[in-house]
Amino acid sequence: MSVTYVDAIREAQEKLLREDPRVFLYGQDISKFGGAFKATKGLAEEFPGRVLDSPISEDAMIGMAVGAAIEGMRPIIEMQFADFSSIAFNQIVNQAATHFYRTGVPVPLTVRLPSGGTPGSGPFHSQSMEALYAHYPGLIVVTPATVSDAYHMLLESVALDDPVVYCEHKFLYRWLKAPRINGDQLPIGKARITRPGKHATVVAYSAMVHEAVRAADRLKEQGGWEIEVVDLRSVKPLDIDTVLASVARTGRLLALGEAFPWGGVTAEVISRVCTDGFHLLDAPPRRLNSRDTPVPYHPKLWAAHRPTPETICIALRELLSF
Amino acid sequence: MPETEEAQRTAVDLDRDYVREVFRAMLRARLLENKLSSLYKAGKIVGGVYLGKGQEAVSASLGASLIKGRDIFAALIRDQAGRTAFGEPLIDCTRTYLGSVLGPMKGRDGNIHRGRPLDGMPAMISHLGAAVSVVGGMLIARRLKGELAGVVGATCVGDGATSTGAFHEGLNMAAVEQLPMVVIVGNNQFAYSTPTDRQFACEDLLDRAKGYGVGGHSVDGTDLLACTKVIGNAVKLAREGNGPQMVVARLLRLSGHGEHDDGSYVPPVLKDSQLGRDCIETGVVQLIESGIATVEEIERWKREFTDEVQAAVAQAQQEPTPDPWDENWNACSTPTGRGL
Ligand SMILES: Cc1ncc(C[n+]2csc(CCOP(=O)(O)OP(=O)(O)O)c2C)c(N)n1
Repeated sequence: MSVTYVDAIREAQEKLLREDPRVFLYGQDISKFGGAFKATKGLAEEFPGRVLDSPISEDAMIGMAVGAAIEGMRPIIEMQFADFSSIAFNQIVNQAATHFYRTGVPVPLTVRLPSGGTPGSGPFHSQSMEALYAHYPGLIVVTPATVSDAYHMLLESVALDDPVVYCEHKFLYRWLKAPRINGDQLPIGKARITRPGKHATVVAYSAMVHEAVRAADRLKEQGGWEIEVVDLRSVKPLDIDTVLASVARTGRLLALGEAFPWGGVTAEVISRVCTDGFHLLDAPPRRLNSRDTPVPYHPKLWAAHRPTPETICIALRELLSF
Repeated sequence: MPETEEAQRTAVDLDRDYVREVFRAMLRARLLENKLSSLYKAGKIVGGVYLGKGQEAVSASLGASLIKGRDIFAALIRDQAGRTAFGEPLIDCTRTYLGSVLGPMKGRDGNIHRGRPLDGMPAMISHLGAAVSVVGGMLIARRLKGELAGVVGATCVGDGATSTGAFHEGLNMAAVEQLPMVVIVGNNQFAYSTPTDRQFACEDLLDRAKGYGVGGHSVDGTDLLACTKVIGNAVKLAREGNGPQMVVARLLRLSGHGEHDDGSYVPPVLKDSQLGRDCIETGVVQLIESGIATVEEIERWKREFTDEVQAAVAQAQQEPTPDPWDENWNACSTPTGRGL
């Protein structure tokens, strides 16, 4: 038996519903149908009245969650795809994110965003929205890359008194498996060294952690390079201490993300490392993101749009040869 | 005068105390807003001033029909009277407008963007229509907690706000969930400077109630007794389990959009029409003619409220303003959220 990434998300929600009467789920097609990705399969039957189908109204879904959170509930909102959270953008960044600062009343809600690209999904079912939400004060933005993190970080997101944008990667849903959910969890806000190394640091998050590890394996085979991979786990808060400590060991930094290249998490990482760790760098830090176009539909174009082990290796070789 | 006859007929089946309460809140709000307007002109207000002049009968009828400590009222831009009727202390208003750090928003937000969410008064954001679903969520939470019986959640919007997606999504969601919600549309003929014919193409906003599958009610918002009756009834229907109720009130904004705006785009013919009546003036006539209040009582209330307003202003003016050094600058409540 093994557990997939999406199983972990489902199991976390099951545990939350079982143990916390304040928790309920709201989203499109999530009750009997079990959700577009089956992340809520069987939960409506197990917890009658607490897994509710919503109309196709992303704005109202988040407004509803804010109201419910004010009243002491812990809503988990499933966006069918992260891309559609653009409709809820106002409620997330202006209603949920400002609420505690303005009123002193926290709004503990969790918005689950099925994020990132999968082959054939195209421009409107592939987006990575984490940088947009991380930009706004008042939100926590998490990006689990492993099965166990998907589980533990969802539990922690719901337990936190602040609004959390939980970015789950669709590509990992079924592809990523683990023998079991392990107990080596870290708190949100702590990065993890996924693969230790000494010649260069790749800072990544979500599905890109796995692409970075593949690239690191290749460079190890091909030239004996030892590449350290840091998994940010959450992009806000961003654990710059772990990143700086890694750069202090390696002297070289590649910031890697699947999102669009202008601004964003990778730019934030580079800017902070340059500000606080300029003296640690032996080479100019590099960034690798998707190309600057909408996410293309055709699998061949899609595979060339996002960073791949090949392009990561190219970027790392340039970094290592400086 | 047929108007007076109608007033007397309407008054017969209205609760005298309720109508008096509505009118008292209207008067209090008007006197407060007159004061805010002069403070604004004297440069004493932090930011803009948005008044509900001419809309007090609608707003106060709603506020007075709701039960503080049980119901939910998401007040909007023109709801000083409703807030007062619902029980928001005047000092919340003056502190927020004058920038006292002791106000509910501590100087972090101002003017009408104030509330006490844990007392059933969520604090509006500027984005129009966004409060409808928040009230929906508060009611859904009550349902999940088994505490919905006898509860009503209400909010107000303008004619302009009905064009937003948020309004549509929120009201539709409330209808799907059959929530005990009352949405008052104050059709004051303008959204800032935009007249209704550039805002919607249906004949009457009331037509939309049918489209949403919610109860629909129409009222002359300048007629105090009609407002108390129609809005009181809508709240009652929602409370008794008849699902969301939408009330469209016809009236005119008797001020600019904000005090920075002279409203010169409002044609005089509208101001001179029935829509342009001042609900406080019609209210006074109605109360006296129906015997609900006497001239002396109304004069006494005016004096009382003028003193009360003066005291609330004076107190807020003496209070400390926010100090950036004491501000904690925390947008999140948890240590995790405070990490950058
Ligand atoms: C979504 C959104 N767009 C624009 C504005 C700017 N704005 C503030 S009030 C207003 C007019 C509102 O008109 P209406 O809803 O009819 O209410 P009224 O002011 O007439 O009471 C506008 C355009 C806003 N607050 N929210």
